[in-house]
Amino acid sequence: MTEARWARLIDIVILPLVNLLAAFVVSGIIIAAIGENPFHALGVMIKGAFYYKGALGYTLFYTTNFIFTGLAVAVAFHALLFNIGGEGQAAMGGLAIGLVALLLDTSLPAYLVVLIAIGGAFLFGGIWGAIPGYLQAKRGSHIVITTIMFNFIAASIMVWLLAGMLIAPGQMSPETRSFADDVSLAKIHTIAEYFGWKIANSPLNLSFVVALLCCAGVWVLIWRTRLGYAIRATGFSERAAIYGGHQPARIIIITMAISGGLAGLMALNEILGVQHRVILNFTAGYGFTGIAVALMGRNHPVGIIFASLLFGALYQGGAELDFEFQTITREMVVMIQGLIILFSGALAYMFNPALQKIFARLLQPSDGAASVKGGIDG
Amino acid sequence: MADLWLQFILTIDATLRVATPLILCAMAGIFSERAGIIDISLEGKMLMAAFAAASVAAVTGSPWAGLGVAILTSLALSLLHGFACITHKGNQVISGLAINILASGLTVTLGIAIFARGGQTPLLGKGERFGSLQLPFADWIGAHIPFIGPIYKEIISGHNILVWLAFAAVAITYYVVFKTSFGLRLRAVGEKPEAIDSAGISVSSMRFQAVLLAGLLTGIAGAYLSTAHGAGFIREMTAGKGYIALAAMIFGKWRPGPALLACLMFGFLDALAARLQGVSLPYIGEVSTDLILALPYIMTVVLLAGFIGTATPPKAIGVPYVKER
Repeated sequence: MTEARWARLIDIVILPLVNLLAAFVVSGIIIAAIGENPFHALGVMIKGAFYYKGALGYTLFYTTNFIFTGLAVAVAFHALLFNIGGEGQAAMGGLAIGLVALLLDTSLPAYLVVLIAIGGAFLFGGIWGAIPGYLQAKRGSHIVITTIMFNFIAASIMVWLLAGMLIAPGQMSPETRSFADDVSLAKIHTIAEYFGWKIANSPLNLSFVVALLCCAGVWVLIWRTRLGYAIRATGFSERAAIYGGHQPARIIIITMAISGGLAGLMALNEILGVQHRVILNFTAGYGFTGIAVALMGRNHPVGIIFASLLFGALYQGGAELDFEFQTITREMVVMIQGLIILFSGALAYMFNPALQKIFARLLQPSDGAASVKGGIDG
Repeated sequence: MADLWLQFILTIDATLRVATPLILCAMAGIFSERAGIIDISLEGKMLMAAFAAASVAAVTGSPWAGLGVAILTSLALSLLHGFACITHKGNQVISGLAINILASGLTVTLGIAIFARGGQTPLLGKGERFGSLQLPFADWIGAHIPFIGPIYKEIISGHNILVWLAFAAVAITYYVVFKTSFGLRLRAVGEKPEAIDSAGISVSSMRFQAVLLAGLLTGIAGAYLSTAHGAGFIREMTAGKGYIALAAMIFGKWRPGPALLACLMFGFLDALAARLQGVSLPYIGEVSTDLILALPYIMTVVLLAGFIGTATPPKAIGVPYVKER
């Protein structure tokens, strides 16, 4: 292996793992400080995520949410845009599904309603991303602030509609009526049964397949199309993009539309997959977790699948903590998530100098430090 | 008429109570962002401080001890923010977000571990929180002098000390940032850090001081929420107030006076929404309080887009300073 490949290995695999380890070590210290055994907690979580009947289905169900929101953040990151509006975009996606289903589920065949709803989720999420994109590109507003504000505005709109116009007749809680029976995405265990396999029941549904298709789609988009090239060029340098014949303002708006659309698709999993009606706060912070997922997955679809799996396991395993312990609960997972964002995001390169030194010494015991360092910086 | 006047006065009174944490956080934001450090972690710092204040007040019985520990907690998170964004030149938005999420999980986790009440702290008794201070003759003046009396009794008198502190913080922030040489350096470090560096002043040290000042104010805001306005810590009790304060600071164009007005306006909308809940107005009918509550966010978006005046952030905001070699 050449030095450059070692440098890539450090950057792509070893450094993220070290950062993840750091987050887990700090979490472990906090668990120990509370008075529980961190290794026992870890064991409970792993069992809860993979071992019990149906556990893997639940883990993959959560994974699906994170793939969508992770891809959303990643696509924007490629144009150097920080989309922290995933929560709002996903909520608007859910709203679109609700509107389509409530209006059409009695008059159109279910499969058509589902297809239109999927398109609607992408469209509404996309619009909710494109407006901040437009404001950044044409009016100079900072996208971070605008997307934060748009999360709150979306939340207000949802409360307003679900408690008012869209509330199920005769209901007190703010949610819509249930959709007609077949307006949903099939569960994986029912599909498996159809083919004669017997697997445990879980909320895992076809959205997972849609999520994987989106991963492939994003890969093709970013690395194999003209638009993807323009997105990366804009992220690299707006002036370079202009020199290359692209219009950064247009690219920014399109990128944010795609990003928002992907976040909007998250609603498929929760609304069409499980709830079959629109409820409040179904986004439950998944939009924010998408940032952690994109950071860990290095904005690459393959990395995002692995990072989503990690967070899916954390969420499902975290639920198991409630049953096993008196003092630690699934909120622990939110804390771990914060630490992961801290170490693999804000402090991403803290361990880099140390790692470089260690690997330089391992590779060339004589005088290799300088050359490996050069390889990493380049 | 007198009744309507009293309704109005009570709404203004509620406005002050709701605006207090916004004011403290907006001033915190001004210190941090004027020095070039984006601080979206106001929310998380305030939440952790609120938890610390309520916990310590519950255990020791002293709100002052609670306030002290709340400030220390918030300062510690500020140091973490500084360590990530100043020392390691990490992304300021990501660091702030990490602190917010960490605080959200950590407060509930610690709350359950310590008090076993589902993440809440025990309800605080009268001596364990900051009580309201009655100014002299408040009741007599309120009852005997029409129109002006209720203003004195309801709006000026009857607030706890942290409300007064919030208003003092605005004056102090204005003085420190715009009238002292420290403030001049602080602003310079957010506009043109190279200039400060070439004057022989450490950019890092200036930014750390700014971030710590922000932590101090956010800590007070947190203590206000759980030991003055409320009587104990409730999960997620900041409920987006840190972000509203950020919006108010931007709305005030990074200046203390206008930011104060923005906080009061946003606070007024909040108080108004609470009063209008389920009330049917003549000619208008029932007003949607959800949409009133969204107004601060909508107005901030509109302002930032340059449709009403312009809001120009400090030039070097969000950019880690790298010494030229």
